Amino acid sequence: MGLASYLIVSTLLFGIGAFGFLARRNAILMLISIELMLNSVNLSLVAFNAYIPEAQNAGALFALLVMAVAAAEATVGLALVIAIIRTRQTAEVDAYSDLKE
Amino acid sequence: MTLRNIIHSAIAMMVCFGALAGMYALLGAPIVAAAQVLIYLGAISVLILFAIMLTQAGDANLPAPFHRQVWLAALAALLIVGLIGWGAVSTDWGAAAATVAVDLNAIAAALFTDYALPLEIVSLLLLAAIIGAIFLARRPEEDERAN
Repeated sequence: MGLASYLIVSTLLFGIGAFGFLARRNAILMLISIELMLNSVNLSLVAFNAYIPEAQNAGALFALLVMAVAAAEATVGLALVIAIIRTRQTAEVDAYSDLKE
Repeated sequence: MTLRNIIHSAIAMMVCFGALAGMYALLGAPIVAAAQVLIYLGAISVLILFAIMLTQAGDANLPAPFHRQVWLAALAALLIVGLIGWGAVSTDWGAAAATVAVDLNAIAAALFTDYALPLEIVSLLLLAAIIGAIFLARRPEEDERAN
């Protein structure tokens, strides 16, 4: 169990999040995928912090700050999604095509 | 391969967050693990579950989970994984053999000295997010009743 294994897990989690964001049709699931990507970045930050002594806790500190920003992002994102779903009556992003030519 | 029911997806996401909290604990950062449990498992997961229950009109006929361009998305995701993974594995990070545990006192001191400005910015961002979320999620009819 070295730094590389944690980085690989983090990379795979980011890839799963990116795939979910690009491929899923449900707006809430796209937000969940964004959360997965933010979590993968947090994992790599904490892993770097643990294995590189010169980091001096900066990784853990920034992981905490990223969590706070992710909480803000989730709040506003879900509020937006709920507002859109209330007016359009569907969570499928394919239906949000008003600005399409 | 994929979960069609969005509630099941949210539960799987909670399992993932819990596993990540365990990894943070393994990496010698119990404060980050505690924050993960509090913020992600406690707040964000519940928020997402509430949003799902507010918006899903029964699970009568679940639509196809993916866009038509799912293969394009898979290709892009594989490309991202390949590039980041290659960079992460091939770089010499100069990593120590053993993990360094996080020093709680040092974190607490740093948050209010060297990192005071980011802390204040994040608190302001959270306040703005709370006000924005209340404004966005408010029902229009409540507006009219107030006037």
